[in-house]
Amino acid sequence: MAEVRLDAVRKVYAGNVEAVKGVTFDVPDGHFCVLVGPSGCGKSTLLRMIAGLETVTAGIITIGGQVVNEIEPSERDIAMVFQNYALYPHMNVYNNLAYGLRNRRTPKDEIDQRVREAARILEIEQLLQRRPRELSGGQRQRVAMGRAIVRKPKAFLFDEPLSNLDAKLRVSMRVEIKKLQRSLGTTSIYVTHDQLEAMTLADMLVVMNAGNVEQIGLPLEVYEKPASAFVASFIGAPPMNLMKVDAAQAAAMIEGAAIGIPAGGAILGVRPEDLALSLDGSQPNGGFKLDLTVAAVERVGPETFVYGNVLDGADIIVRLPGQDAPATGARVTAVARREKLHRFTADGSRRLDG
Amino acid sequence: MVERKSIGNVIPHVILWIGIAIVAFPVYLAFIGSTHDAATIANGQMPPTPGPYFFENYYRTIFVGTSMTTREPIGTMIINSFVMAIGIAVGKISISIISAYAIVYFRFPFRMWFFWVIFVTLMLPVEVRIYPTYKVAADLNLLDTYAGLILPLIASATATLLFRQFFMTVPDELVEASRIDGAGPIRFFWDTLLPLSRTNIAALFVIMFIYGWTQYLWPLLITTRDDMQTLIIGIKKMIVTSDALTEWQVVMCTVMLAMLPPVFVVIAMQRLFVRGLIESEK
Ligand SMILES: Nc1ncnc2c1ncn2[C@@H]1O[C@H](COP(=O)(O)OP(=O)(O)O)[C@@H](O)[C@H]1O
Ligand SMILES: [Mg+2]
Repeated sequence: MAEVRLDAVRKVYAGNVEAVKGVTFDVPDGHFCVLVGPSGCGKSTLLRMIAGLETVTAGIITIGGQVVNEIEPSERDIAMVFQNYALYPHMNVYNNLAYGLRNRRTPKDEIDQRVREAARILEIEQLLQRRPRELSGGQRQRVAMGRAIVRKPKAFLFDEPLSNLDAKLRVSMRVEIKKLQRSLGTTSIYVTHDQLEAMTLADMLVVMNAGNVEQIGLPLEVYEKPASAFVASFIGAPPMNLMKVDAAQAAAMIEGAAIGIPAGGAILGVRPEDLALSLDGSQPNGGFKLDLTVAAVERVGPETFVYGNVLDGADIIVRLPGQDAPATGARVTAVARREKLHRFTADGSRRLDG
Repeated sequence: MVERKSIGNVIPHVILWIGIAIVAFPVYLAFIGSTHDAATIANGQMPPTPGPYFFENYYRTIFVGTSMTTREPIGTMIINSFVMAIGIAVGKISISIISAYAIVYFRFPFRMWFFWVIFVTLMLPVEVRIYPTYKVAADLNLLDTYAGLILPLIASATATLLFRQFFMTVPDELVEASRIDGAGPIRFFWDTLLPLSRTNIAALFVIMFIYGWTQYLWPLLITTRDDMQTLIIGIKKMIVTSDALTEWQVVMCTVMLAMLPPVFVVIAMQRLFVRGLIESEK
């Protein structure tokens, strides 16, 4: 049980690659923090610095009040679950779980009791005598989790632990990881590039891009008020529609009172699910409207995605409930309520409010 | 399989049988030779079937030695050869696995330089550096000792490179998991790397044992006393060239006996290979 604090943490790899550019945030005790961002944005590097597998170029990392920058991974009292599980191939499941405890000179009967308890929690009791290669992907994943919980560490660190599983298993393991973390109450930091995983697991979402933290918040906060155009396009699927506009273009799209657009223009955003199609040209009062030509329609059952072209070539996605949608080539008007609009500075770096 | 004996199946079999015959014939001849008495072999009319002197010949070879010379029986030679071959195999494997471990897993100054130095020794087998090596061994009083037989031969670039290649295929996450699990460098080596290298060790052991067992030039130089010589040297010395008194039946017994340990090593290790191949993770 511990809180994890990062203070202006930087990592510069050999060859002057700055993978993490000064990251500061706290993960309160017992919270499930998810680091999400596109591949290569420095999530793993950050996690590995917390684990102690990578040196910290600058800044301070604290676990449970103790500065751990110079402390060996094994002394940090953390457990890590790797993407490829990293189970010891020559040891059976029991020994995989027990190995870390043995190295810490835990008494034999305590090891046995803790291994069996972890196996019971993860429902892998009948697999204890098997070698990793005799297990399915999902079972290996459980063993990797078991190796983490058996140690009762201050924090769990996960590096894309589900990305080697098939889609169905990924969903069920996701639910289990969340349940497990809830019941154990262990501070967790979880790295993923999958925004859906991030949204569903996090108590605290940290969105990263190119070595920087773009936004920290509750998942729904991040969804509803993305702090930058990057976050807006990264969180949510399909991504938010973003259009670069100047004041005149904005006025043409939005009825009623003018919306504040700075001199240099702005990026206007609206989520596909906040758009509706108005076939007769009528629209919510004071709202946003945009004329589209339907380019493609994707029906996935409960919902339908309509891909539209605007005159100047931009693509707009509209997400409609159900299966009714206009035919390809139809001229339609996409409409949205004005409070559903997001505005960002012209370079996308900041959200404009008010 | 039996019903599908087409011509395409027969030809490879014929070729294989010819190959086996070519390899087996001298061995068979040696065996026959080891079961006749000296006179039968010496008159050039050795029958193609085993003779009645099997036990007598082998007993003499192992415990008595050739009668016309002052040579030792081969009992001691077998022991010497064993010590040398096992010493070389174990020594080479130990040294090279540790060197490879250092080169792959540790960052130290001149790491790549050391790697290339080891690499270059591929071009320096003992035959090339025989004079300086002899001088060093002599200065260190290693003549006529087991250490002198073994130590100069145990540095092995081949084995080091092989282990390096293997270690580089071991996922980094295993090292990292070990570090988090509180296993330092030595524990990681013993608990993880060594068990994973089992198959490679077995393969190298076979090769290195045979290499050590069949060494000729080095033991010839470094040993002068009869009780330190190895089996291969012993065979050479039994074959007397100055007069016609070579006791071929004893030579053939020795040859047969010299062949057995490598054969056993191959058979024993082969089972470990196969098991290792089936069980290994990657
Ligand atoms: N050992 C390393 N040496 C040099 N550069 C690295 C190393 N590891 C990662 N990087 C670089 O750092 C950046 C961040 O990598 P990483 O943290 O693995 O990203 P992510 O996990 O978000 O996909 C990438 O540009 C990557 O190329
Ligand atoms: Mg990564």
